[in-house]
Amino acid sequence: MAYPYVHEREVRMISRNFGDPAARTLDGYRERGGYKGLERAFEIGPAAVIDEVKASGLRGRGGAGFPTGLKWSFMPKAGVKPHYLLCNADESEPGTFKDRELIRWDPHQLIEGCLIAAYAMGSRHAYIYLRGEFFEASQVMARAVEEAYERGFAGRRILGSENDIEVTVHVGAGAYICGEETGLMNSLEGRRGEPRVKPPFPAAVGVYSMPTTINNVETLAAVPHIVEHGGEWYRQWGTDKSPGTKLFCVSGHVEKPGNYELPLGFPMMELIEDVCGGMAGGRALKSVIPGGSSVPLMDVEDCRECTLCYEGVEAAGSMLGCASVIVMDDRTNIVREVRRMVQFYAHESCGQCTPCREGTPWMTQVLRRIEAGGGTEADLDTLLDMSAQMTGTTICVLSDSAAAPVVSSIEKFRDEYLALIHGAERAEVA
Amino acid sequence: MSTVTLTIDGQRVTVPEGTSLLHAAEEIGVEVPHYCYHAALSAPAQCRLCLVDVEGAPKPMPSCVTQAQDGQVVRTDEGLAREMRKGVLEFYLINHPLDCPICDQSGECKLQDYVHSEGRAHGRGVEPKRVFGRDDFGGDVLFYGDRCVMCTRCVRFMEEMAQDPVLTVVERGDRAVIDTFFEQGLKDSSWSGNIVDICPVGALVSKDFLHKARAWDLDHTPSVCPNCSQGCNVDIHTRDNVVHRLKPRENPEVNGHWMCDYGRGHYEWMNRSDRIEEPFVRGDGGWSAPGWHGALASLRERLQDCRGPVHAVASAHASNEDLAALRELVERIGGGDIVYRSARAPDEVPLPGFPMLARRRDLAPNTRGAELLGMRRVGGDDASGGLDEVAASTGTLIVLGDELADQPEDFGSRAELFAYLGAHPAPAARSAHFVLPVTTFAEQEGTFTNVQTRVQRFEPALRAPGSAQPAWQVLGALTASLAGER
Repeated sequence: MAYPYVHEREVRMISRNFGDPAARTLDGYRERGGYKGLERAFEIGPAAVIDEVKASGLRGRGGAGFPTGLKWSFMPKAGVKPHYLLCNADESEPGTFKDRELIRWDPHQLIEGCLIAAYAMGSRHAYIYLRGEFFEASQVMARAVEEAYERGFAGRRILGSENDIEVTVHVGAGAYICGEETGLMNSLEGRRGEPRVKPPFPAAVGVYSMPTTINNVETLAAVPHIVEHGGEWYRQWGTDKSPGTKLFCVSGHVEKPGNYELPLGFPMMELIEDVCGGMAGGRALKSVIPGGSSVPLMDVEDCRECTLCYEGVEAAGSMLGCASVIVMDDRTNIVREVRRMVQFYAHESCGQCTPCREGTPWMTQVLRRIEAGGGTEADLDTLLDMSAQMTGTTICVLSDSAAAPVVSSIEKFRDEYLALIHGAERAEVA
Repeated sequence: MSTVTLTIDGQRVTVPEGTSLLHAAEEIGVEVPHYCYHAALSAPAQCRLCLVDVEGAPKPMPSCVTQAQDGQVVRTDEGLAREMRKGVLEFYLINHPLDCPICDQSGECKLQDYVHSEGRAHGRGVEPKRVFGRDDFGGDVLFYGDRCVMCTRCVRFMEEMAQDPVLTVVERGDRAVIDTFFEQGLKDSSWSGNIVDICPVGALVSKDFLHKARAWDLDHTPSVCPNCSQGCNVDIHTRDNVVHRLKPRENPEVNGHWMCDYGRGHYEWMNRSDRIEEPFVRGDGGWSAPGWHGALASLRERLQDCRGPVHAVASAHASNEDLAALRELVERIGGGDIVYRSARAPDEVPLPGFPMLARRRDLAPNTRGAELLGMRRVGGDDASGGLDEVAASTGTLIVLGDELADQPEDFGSRAELFAYLGAHPAPAARSAHFVLPVTTFAEQEGTFTNVQTRVQRFEPALRAPGSAQPAWQVLGALTASLAGER
């Protein structure tokens, strides 16, 4: 059957094989045009590959949106030290489910992307770090890697060339923080999944203390297409600052939630109303989290003119992040939703940095008390104070991520907090 | 070496390139509060307390791992840095039990210090606190999880210095807690006391010291550990003339910040109350106590008359000054062999992360000093035997500091003159003609020469009992008066 929901306005490039189990095999993938990017990469050489990726303007799809070609060019020239490519497939951001689909429907696309990236940066070993809970995806991935080895698409002398690239699939143990790039490196090395202090940056000192580049699954999935067709070709979609297509994982109160590959710059309201078939049950929109749970909430006003590209969402006061669009209707209890998200961060905090270790559970406690009607207006000031102390003060941005929805919800939905706070007071009087 | 010049809190400071902001601030006398950073360990920059405001930086920077740059303008004392620290300190207190009245660390606790100096006047935490309870880590170490600030200094000490990684952080987030490797714990560690020292709060405390004294009641006297020839620099902590604990005193050339559990644990003998408190002289009518003046006068007379061979037994626990004074005296009365006995452990116990430090085989602090003064080690590794010739001496016999525990009752009974100088009664010295009370190293000033031939000074930490005197004074007075005679 076809992939759950497909819409005619989609540009199905990296998602073209979604819903097509035959594409999981190496032959199936090749029949659908696969591994042409790798062949071209070997023809044009590493420097030209990096140039194509730079020309495409591809930005990292893991959330930060850092230009991929530029990131690749930070790697030192191949020398005595081994270089590593890491593929971050530890997709765990609440609301995000794009990488899982890319892996389970099109594993060879990812392998091809890894091979091209590794080749471009002089790396002879690529690690694909999969989220611990990805049982099916890890099986599909392992099978595809095995097949790639058998058929000469990985390992020694790939496609008869002089290029050796090992591909290793590693499955994590189920911790959100291992999706943070240096936490992932520690985990891969067998240490506690704790983010590292930067500098030094991974391009200088990464996994096993060697120069390392780490890219998101979706970023690497786009690479074969860019290398095969050229950077300029990729720019026919998207905006000047956000070229190309992007998978939007839409969840929440819409008729047709799912993964949609759309050109960047797509209007948010059209995504909800047209692509996703409108609000579920015809209810009214209250709020959207556009980029996964780590980004500020948007209210209806913010959404109206918002276009879904890095600069567009930023202009609307939030961040595109990994484009995990969580849509909430008018029945949603915002305080409860925010508490649920902060609780997630409290559970997932690695516990290294004090503001995060102590702040995220404290926030959860305060929010829970407000939710239960025991809050005061002073609690809101405390929450905002805490948020400020948790933003920009830690090794990684997990605590910033917990603070963002708290700050934005108090800013935009203060009335909902006040209703819970004063409702309680009324009840006491009665 | 190239240097950089920067401005910290309005003061210009020039430091070598590569210096951290935390150390650069130290140069001008500014202590940036910190927990996880320790000069001898790796810097995980995770406590977030040493954040400082660096002009032009997008966010506050951890001063422990941020290198000083030329022209940098850094603020540690106001604005953003102060606000951030206040916030971090509030986070620390959210789950802290605030049990200072029953916490051994109270008075020397960095959480107390920092919160008092710049924390919020009133906490805003009203939620239930997380509780971990108490855990016995083995050895001398107790862990109070609720007081822990999760700086991981203890974990890193065991990993990097002891290189015996038996501590770790288990769980994550606010459930993260220090724990031992299953039941193994610290019972086999020889260095675990150091984690109590470097714990900035009362999370790791010593069982031996538990509830013995408040930190502010203790006097600290700089001294040298008397329990092996390494000569770790220590502070002797005393209250009301009783030693309560030994703590390492930093010396990068000898022991760094550390000392071993063996050395730390052997201090009770300094508190022994079975002391010789005044000089005794044995005459025809039995023992008498004529006081120092009378005792020394009669001893000098006897020494002048003695003509037989001279034998002396010294102790490697005595100071250089005591030993030198003994040698002077022996030479003055005609010269003779000076021997000493000292215990020797089968093996050294090194601290792998600080190679110059080990619990040495020689379990006395001044064997090197005795050697250099020409004394000869006799007897076995348990500090016994080797005195047969001395015991049978028919001439002059002087014993300093050796309690002769293994010796027979008739030790020295054939000597023409037998003087015993010691701190504690020695049953085998019943044949002595003179029993003179001397002080222990803890009651006097002096020096030991350690295994590196480094002469190290110690100061008196305790008042001597009765009329006990340092041996060098007693022996020196005798030598001087004998010299005056000749």
